[in-house]
Amino acid sequence: MKVSTRQVDGITIVDCSGRITLGEGSVTLRDTVRDLLAKGNKKIVLNLQDVNYIDSSGIGELVSAFTTTKNQGGELKLLNLTKKVNDLLQITKLYTVFDVKDDEASAVSSFK
Amino acid sequence: MAMTEQRVSYTLDSSLETIDSAEEKATRIATELGFGDDEIMQISMAVREGAVNAVLHGNAYAPDKKVTLAFERAGGNLIITIADQGKGMDLSKIPNPLAPENLLKTSGRGIFLMRSFMDVVEIRPTQTGTELKLVKRVHGPTADRKEASQ
Repeated sequence: MKVSTRQVDGITIVDCSGRITLGEGSVTLRDTVRDLLAKGNKKIVLNLQDVNYIDSSGIGELVSAFTTTKNQGGELKLLNLTKKVNDLLQITKLYTVFDVKDDEASAVSSFK
Repeated sequence: MAMTEQRVSYTLDSSLETIDSAEEKATRIATELGFGDDEIMQISMAVREGAVNAVLHGNAYAPDKKVTLAFERAGGNLIITIADQGKGMDLSKIPNPLAPENLLKTSGRGIFLMRSFMDVVEIRPTQTGTELKLVKRVHGPTADRKEASQ
């Protein structure tokens, strides 16, 4: 899994690509969110447009990122889910837990 | 596994590499059996989750313990077994991941996903550990012909 971060109107967009699975992928996501929070970046959007696979460990890591951010007074939203990831969040009932957005502009403006 | 063979099995180490390897094997075999893209994803993910349970929760990465992975085509079914040499698990202690109080837990969804994706999921203790059996019904051309002739 690869990640890159950028700032848009004070919101941190994390562009993710590859797989979020047990091992490297989950660790990369965890470390990225922890680093952002440690630096005071508490408005986070995970852009999952290029994430084609998530296993149960990856789902757990998304939940962890969401709750960790929330517990530190921030917000974490998901953007551009692929059908596979969308389906997984639906069957695990997490779709209603996460704030999921379909386009970046509305994701950014939703923090205001 | 060539599709002319009925069964193939692998003995694998208790490592992260085994999890990826099991998933790759499942993807390849499901593809060869003619499953559709969605079914291939379901089978490969179920096998991945089963391998995670065997390596992490069963064998706990112990280097002297092995994971046995087998694929078998029997009748209209693809039967997959994943056996570990761990202490076993108590299914009654696995909470429902869909319960509101469990939605934000970071683990405990593996068996639920397997049950969502496969036609049959059975877990039983063995003399040496735990065996997971996953069944997916084959919906390829052979199955279609069989159904049409009935």
